[in-house]
Amino acid sequence: MLHNKKTLAALFAAASMMSANAFSGELVINTDTSDPAPKAAFEALIAGFEAENPDVSVTWNLFDHEGYKTSIRNFLTADAPDLANWYAGNRMLPYVNAGLFEPVDDVWAANGLNDSLASAAASMTIDGKKWGVPYTYYNWGVYYRPDIFASNNIEVPTDWAGLMAAGETLNAAGITPITIGTKYLWTTGGVFDYLNLRTNGYDFHMALTKGEVSWTDDRVRATMANWKEMIDAGFFLEDHAAYSWQEALAPMIQGKAAMYVMGNFAVAPLRDAGLTDDQLGFFQFPMIDASIPMAEEAPTDTMHIPANAKNKVDAKRFLAYLARADVQTEINATLGQLPINSGSSVSDDKFLQAGYEMLSTTDGGIAQFFDRDAPAEMASAGMEGFQEFMVKPERLDAILERLEKTRKRVYK
Amino acid sequence: MFPRPIEKASPPAKALYKIALPVALIIWLLPLLAVALTSLRSQADILNGNYWGWPTSFNMLANYTAIFENTPIGQYILNSFRVTIPTVIGAVGLSCMTGFALAVYKFKGNLILFFLFVAGNFVPFQILMVPVRDFTVSLGIYNTISGLALFHIAFQTGFCTLFMRNFIKALPFELIEAARVEGVSEIRIFWYVVLPLMKPAIAALSVLIFTFIWNDYFWAMVLTQGADTQPITAGLNSLNGQWVSSWHLVSAGSIVAAMPPVIMFFLMQRHFIAGLTLGAVK
Amino acid sequence: MRDYWRANQQRLAPVLFLLPGLLMFLVYVVVPIFQSVSISFYAWDGLGEKEYVGIANYVELMDDEAFYTSLKNNVIWLVLYMLAIPAGLFVALFLNQNVRGIRIYKSLFFFPFVISQVVVGLVFSWFYDPSYGLFNKILEFFGADPIAMLADEDWVTYGIIIAGLWPQTAYCMILYLTGLNAVDSEQIEAARLDNAKGLKLLWYIILPQLRPATFIAMVVTIIGALRSFDLVSIMTNGGPWGSSRVLAFYMYEQAFSEYGFRMGYGAAIAVILFAIMMIYIASFLYKMYRDERGH
Repeated sequence: MLHNKKTLAALFAAASMMSANAFSGELVINTDTSDPAPKAAFEALIAGFEAENPDVSVTWNLFDHEGYKTSIRNFLTADAPDLANWYAGNRMLPYVNAGLFEPVDDVWAANGLNDSLASAAASMTIDGKKWGVPYTYYNWGVYYRPDIFASNNIEVPTDWAGLMAAGETLNAAGITPITIGTKYLWTTGGVFDYLNLRTNGYDFHMALTKGEVSWTDDRVRATMANWKEMIDAGFFLEDHAAYSWQEALAPMIQGKAAMYVMGNFAVAPLRDAGLTDDQLGFFQFPMIDASIPMAEEAPTDTMHIPANAKNKVDAKRFLAYLARADVQTEINATLGQLPINSGSSVSDDKFLQAGYEMLSTTDGGIAQFFDRDAPAEMASAGMEGFQEFMVKPERLDAILERLEKTRKRVYK
Repeated sequence: MFPRPIEKASPPAKALYKIALPVALIIWLLPLLAVALTSLRSQADILNGNYWGWPTSFNMLANYTAIFENTPIGQYILNSFRVTIPTVIGAVGLSCMTGFALAVYKFKGNLILFFLFVAGNFVPFQILMVPVRDFTVSLGIYNTISGLALFHIAFQTGFCTLFMRNFIKALPFELIEAARVEGVSEIRIFWYVVLPLMKPAIAALSVLIFTFIWNDYFWAMVLTQGADTQPITAGLNSLNGQWVSSWHLVSAGSIVAAMPPVIMFFLMQRHFIAGLTLGAVK
Repeated sequence: MRDYWRANQQRLAPVLFLLPGLLMFLVYVVVPIFQSVSISFYAWDGLGEKEYVGIANYVELMDDEAFYTSLKNNVIWLVLYMLAIPAGLFVALFLNQNVRGIRIYKSLFFFPFVISQVVVGLVFSWFYDPSYGLFNKILEFFGADPIAMLADEDWVTYGIIIAGLWPQTAYCMILYLTGLNAVDSEQIEAARLDNAKGLKLLWYIILPQLRPATFIAMVVTIIGALRSFDLVSIMTNGGPWGSSRVLAFYMYEQAFSEYGFRMGYGAAIAVILFAIMMIYIASFLYKMYRDERGH
């Protein structure tokens, strides 16, 4: 049918050009943002990007949140998308070490992100390179029932003595001071982190999670001693090992417990269960040692480019878009969380404002959470030890020695 | 028939049995009733710890429609069928052949091969994850229904061969001998003599395999990604949120997801009951 | 060609029938087992390069508290899970009648087996819930002290096994129902004429004929006991502090869970689990071999 050799050659050239550019203009994004709010946030994000970049069409694969944790290990090697979301700190480490993430220092430099995203820069850096772009974080602290406090004449505690006194009053009134569900272990990490940050400070906490300090060190024991004081004073919910964090909400909702050391995501279910804003409040975890600056926990969610991605050019454009102040304002308004970009504004919700206030005035440093600051194996051994300690504090020595043994093996 | 047929028992015994049946069923299904009850609850109820009490609001319609709206659960169910049915056909078909070969023919290594199938069946499948995934990728069928189905067919062949081989061994060998004497070819013996006798076993095995594959979660996670290929097990988990689990939705979804295997069993029961009596010959 | 086939078909037919199934099985099951055994001699995070470490993983296992806890729990599972077999037989006998609607009853009794184990675990967790669960309310009714089943390191494994027995009994029930259909009625009538009844009839006439069903029931129950992953994961996540761990779950924790990046170590655990299973398989196969020989 093609009589003319020239036509044939032209067609052939056209075809090969088309195949060479086949991947530019198509962007594949994998996320685990399957909850209604994150899903809506990402829908808007992708729509906004496509609107500004009409030459790019986005395919979005949405995974179930739990399944994603397994799937990511497979798809980064087997069928890599152009973008994938994940977490900062040591959660990134296995993939960085395996060469599965692409360093994006160029995106940071070209868009001035070292300034605008400064608060999260450290957690995105491994070996001096940047491995992704953070887009949201949320604060941790103590969520409590102001109405229960009021009816028992308890002031919001700002120091250790105040906290202990509050606990005593609550116990006397038959109310559990702090509810907690440790079945899935990570909640113990939150309590440990705050106790350690308040007892020994941010630098020590980072050194501990980096494996530079022994677990049998006296300073660790000091943290555990403070924890023991709380345990002995009957602070925590009975049989907490049988409850997931969500099941432990029930006592607080029913007024049988007064406080929860938790992240801001606890607010939504508490409101869903019927608590009004008069019945729900927030305060910063109290100071223990006045000489130590108050550090906070703010786990960060991030977006990465897999090393095996096909369309890195457009992926980097997406990251630049994601890092913008206005984009971060919008996405976080839907997410109900806090933007990283210092130029973004925070939505009006009272808890978000309180969290933002706290995080932006903190001079003690921002930690990522125990299971992101410590490498995976150390984190899981640590949290298991914390759970055991909370129920059997007499086993402290055995627990600390076991953690020390793990540390020697994990950090080589 | 054993135990003594109830029709022949005394009237009080009959009446007792007729009452005992539903009572036993209710006690037996109590956890299931709990699941059904949970599927009627609202999220607020569960957050409040009201797991066993009377629901504060009846959200049956809301929950059951929510699962179809929030997630592509229809697609997940379709995917489950797309994986399960070929697997049942493949595994049962292959094992009819392998079971026949191992049961009817004496040859060196017969017992060893049989033991191989039995042993491979005991394998904790975590041990297979990475090699199977890599193999599936290298074949280019990663994240496809066929990739998942092929693995299941291969793995279930172990159990099915065991089942079929034992069943066929218990059939009267004279039938085969007689057919051979008449000069019937081996393949025809398989197709026309033995296979019809295997119907009850095929029915029973099909139901079992259907249920196994339908409820498989692990391999669905490993070999598939995304709503185009993932079956209902992965879909159920997607009803849970990142922080807050929506157990009322998961319960509703799991009841919907459990329907096909139960219906299948109900339909196949006839074959169990109408199975050929095996006779006194061993 | 066709004559060759005709002459030799009894020798060739088995090969023909075996080949497809065997090939699939070899490729997807047998070869990966060997591959995994080889992985157990490496340190590997599942993502990057493997590092050869010889038997270091096994040496570490020998010194690992969690491993011994898992082993102990696996033994408890193996022993207690066997209760599903007589329970299944009992239920099958109960349902082996011809009253109206018995088909529906049989289907409904089978239900626990078809419902997702995640949901089974969830419901039983709520059953054991220390504040709102039915279990403690029942204990209170009988004047006993409440037990936080899933938070107590001594009781937790038993609590999970009870949850697992529910679907497993349904499974054994269906195996026995199939087996009961195949029981020889002539033998039963003959025995009844001899005045045998009840338990004697069961033990001497029925059970021997149910041997194939019992065999398969034992196989699947043992596999179930050693594979008990879903329930442990949903009910306790291996807790409290690892006291309900079993080897299948420990392997998953080490190699595939959120915090697990030790493929080599996990493979070593899987190999040991497989070795344990091999002991059972070997003893069964030996018994089967003797039975085969006997006929």
